[in-house]
Amino acid sequence: MSDKTMTPDEVVGRLRSGMTLGIGGWGSRRKPMALVRALLRSEITDLTVIAYGGPDVGLLAAAGRIRRLVAPFATLDSIPLEPHFRAARESGSLTLTEYDEAMFMWGLHAAANRLPFLPVRAGLGSDVMRVNPELRTVTSPYADGEEFVAVPALRMDAALVHLNRADRLGNGQYLGPDPYFDDLFCEAADTAYISCEQIVESAELAKAGPPQSLLVSRHSVTGVVETPNGAHFTSCAPDYDRDEAFQKLYATTPWPEFAARFLSGGSEHAYQSAVRTWHEEQQQ
Amino acid sequence: MSTATATTRAEYCVIACAEAWRDNGEVLASPMGLIPSFGARLAKRTFSPDLLLTDGEALLVGLDGTVEGWLPYRRHLTMVTGGRRHVMMGASQIDRYGNQNISCVGDWERPDRQLLGVRGAPVNTLNNPVSYWIPKHSRRVFVERVDMVSGVGHDRAEAAGVTRFHRLPRVVSDLGVFDFGGPGRTMRLVSLHPGVTVDRVREATGFALALPDEVPFTREPSAHELRLIREVIDPRGLREREVRS
Repeated sequence: MSDKTMTPDEVVGRLRSGMTLGIGGWGSRRKPMALVRALLRSEITDLTVIAYGGPDVGLLAAAGRIRRLVAPFATLDSIPLEPHFRAARESGSLTLTEYDEAMFMWGLHAAANRLPFLPVRAGLGSDVMRVNPELRTVTSPYADGEEFVAVPALRMDAALVHLNRADRLGNGQYLGPDPYFDDLFCEAADTAYISCEQIVESAELAKAGPPQSLLVSRHSVTGVVETPNGAHFTSCAPDYDRDEAFQKLYATTPWPEFAARFLSGGSEHAYQSAVRTWHEEQQQ
Repeated sequence: MSTATATTRAEYCVIACAEAWRDNGEVLASPMGLIPSFGARLAKRTFSPDLLLTDGEALLVGLDGTVEGWLPYRRHLTMVTGGRRHVMMGASQIDRYGNQNISCVGDWERPDRQLLGVRGAPVNTLNNPVSYWIPKHSRRVFVERVDMVSGVGHDRAEAAGVTRFHRLPRVVSDLGVFDFGGPGRTMRLVSLHPGVTVDRVREATGFALALPDEVPFTREPSAHELRLIREVIDPRGLREREVRS
């Protein structure tokens, strides 16, 4: 069986400008931030991003890489409003497809199941219908005759997710309380890349958690990347919590200044070193 | 003894929020915000013991923190559409029919202020009871027309034919309690928190409120409820920071 391990830059080397990219996690929780940082080091742009948005969306929006965002929200959780997403929206530089959270989930399910749409009792009566005039409805063929939104499949060219553990074959494991929707992202994409805290032997996976923790299966995975602290500064329970102090810095520092200090080092290693140095400074 | 001091405005707000979950039975109470979460805990400790609560993430927990179930986001959405949930959401704007906005202020194409996005407001309002908590009652929040309908109000639900599970039991603000018992299912004043006048509410509301002939005050907490709020649920007094007397 094939070894799918690769580096963050090798993952990004397989992506192209103009692609539709799904990003797993939720808000500021278990986001594949090391892969997003690798994207920022590349020239890739003009992306359509599909995400339950957090700082992944903020970073890509601040760097001008997103053409269209498909999302029900963008938040930093402990800081409710994502500053760079806000700035991009308020300057008109980001086109938004704004869906309800459940519409979004069923769009992922539809794509993972190769269905053109799934019916959802959400969206009707709200302005989600006004701002997405392409949305259509479907009527139940049964006696109830209820009308639903036909949420289109959120099919993607590539998905990026971050998990706690994975093996070299692409079997991925979450060890925190919530899987979020990472398995669906992988199944909804033509290619999917897992970053993880630690690559382990397959036999170690079942020792680290119950069978239900084996969230992503290798048939839906193209590449595996070991990126310790790779969800930083989002949370990655139980390996680590959100780096609240650093997130606050991210949210309050002008983008050019933040990018120059933390994102210009040319590698994930340089980023992690810059973060460590910043934390040391805070302790003095 | 702390219970000897007068009930504060924040404490009336906790009581008013708790009352939203009275007689709800065995459903998930989803409070968003500090005062609603104190209210949900108070309801569960007193008159609605069967309520389910989460730890704010993926676990269903009892009042002492005992884990009794698993509720990751994907299952939470099933709970929403299954209807066995009563959420109390916030609102950046709300209108007389109960349309709510948390998405953005101004023109959606290029908003003056981008807020959260619609989040789960559309699915919530079409599937399970949705109440609202407004910590600062003002004309900026209680508006004639919301800029982006995130949570669906009565007029919009009727026009779209999606009233089957649509229910907006109450709105609680720092000034009073409201429901949608006015003409054409518009917002009506139900009770004033003690110390608040009808004129003050009118002044802070950007549309004409329906008023009953006589407006009662929000009920007094019992001594037991006050003790629970002050000593058990919020001993640090965080409620007083969200709502000032």
